[in-house]
Amino acid sequence: MLNLFKIALQTNIHAACRAIFLAVFLLFFNSAFAALVEIPALSSRVTDLTQTLSQAEQAQLEQKLAAFEVKKGSQIAVLIIPTTQPEDIAQYAIRVVDKWKIGRQKVDDGVLVLIAKNDRKLRIEVGYGLEGAIPDLYAKRIISEVISPKFKQGDFYGGLDAGVDKIIGLVDGELLPEPTQDSLSTVNLGNLMPMLLFGGLISGLFLRSIFGTFFGSALNGGLVGGAVTLLGLALGSAAVLGVIAFFFTMMLGGRGLNGYSGGVPMGGGYGGGFGGGSSWGGGGGGFGGGGAGGDW
Amino acid sequence: MRTFWAKLLPLIMLLSLSSCGYNAFQSLDEESKASWSEVLNQYQRRADLVPNLVSVVKGYAEHEKEVLTDVANARSKVGSMQVTPELLNDPEAFARFQAAQGQMTSALSRLMAVAENYPNLKADQGFRDLQAQLEGTENRVTVARNRYIETIKEYNVAVRSFPNNLTAMMFGYKAKPSFTVENEKAISSAPKVEFGDKK
Repeated sequence: MLNLFKIALQTNIHAACRAIFLAVFLLFFNSAFAALVEIPALSSRVTDLTQTLSQAEQAQLEQKLAAFEVKKGSQIAVLIIPTTQPEDIAQYAIRVVDKWKIGRQKVDDGVLVLIAKNDRKLRIEVGYGLEGAIPDLYAKRIISEVISPKFKQGDFYGGLDAGVDKIIGLVDGELLPEPTQDSLSTVNLGNLMPMLLFGGLISGLFLRSIFGTFFGSALNGGLVGGAVTLLGLALGSAAVLGVIAFFFTMMLGGRGLNGYSGGVPMGGGYGGGFGGGSSWGGGGGGFGGGGAGGDW
Repeated sequence: MRTFWAKLLPLIMLLSLSSCGYNAFQSLDEESKASWSEVLNQYQRRADLVPNLVSVVKGYAEHEKEVLTDVANARSKVGSMQVTPELLNDPEAFARFQAAQGQMTSALSRLMAVAENYPNLKADQGFRDLQAQLEGTENRVTVARNRYIETIKEYNVAVRSFPNNLTAMMFGYKAKPSFTVENEKAISSAPKVEFGDKK
């Protein structure tokens, strides 16, 4: 009986060992074969990880794309990498644009030109907002008639330059919202409303109990207006919100919180963290897999 | 003091409701519906391409009857499906939908493979345009499906994990079905390539 038990235990240990071995093996297998190509950080419009373009060529292309962004607002980026293996270029491209988010938020007017040099494959990934300006068909034709022929001759800069010109031409003909100078106005007021309401309510109760009804309300109005300005909204709407906060606080109950003097923690300042450094970044544009791929 | 609590209590109740995940369900549910609509949208776009594609191929390869009828059958099957957002709450209907679309995918890929055998067809500008459109649409379908899978994963985790599951039960939120790889066999076996005698 005991023996039987021992045997049972042993086979169990064997099974467990095998399972562990298998798990470790699979882990190695996965990391060895399914490691995906990393997505480079976005810092400029032209990213060349293969040293295919010279410094001057990169700068020229960069300048052209930057000028177009100033004029039209659309963001176009070029990425040259050695390979996208084991992924398909389309899968890799969508991962890149999901991370980079080029194009303006809500307008979704970003375009990525992706070149996998050693795979001899390229793809034009088109943002939602430009699927009308650059249908898959046009993207395909730009690749097969403009870019690929130059690439075949080894003229990478020429191909890219001509291809980008075509893309710019197509986007330029599209009616898009005017480019705006301050990107901060993208802060969504709707998302902030509940925070403003609760924050304003609590701070209003406090300020009234300290400074009296009128001055407390005025102060609270100023506070709300100030917070809104800090968050990057136009001064006009901040003033309106401040005035609303003022009247709101005035009307709150009959008396302030005279009896209350506790220490509810007030997390005063939100805001900050907007507006990056000088390096270029995506504006929050969305992509849905539009565009076309090709080879040379 | 009493007025203070009278003001604070609704606030506390509101906050506790959001901590049981009720608000999260709202946004995740809406998100999953939106991503589902995108999937349907792209499948519809593909179905709309089929009649043109079939008529172009017919012009050059009329005797490829079998493949052409397969595509036409798949198209009519897909077209006859009642696709409503409620489909998401019915795993069986969802499976049927997925099967029909899978059939469409394989029929179309066979059609495109057959087209390779006809140089004149391949050179036809109309066919090449349709080919580009079909490629783009298939890619969009893939993207939309992946995003749907991601959203549903998030939603299902939210619905099933404690203590959200209590809230979910109370308000009748159930886990939603997701896509699976339907043709594993077709994917794992490499396509057969034949050189030489082309028709």
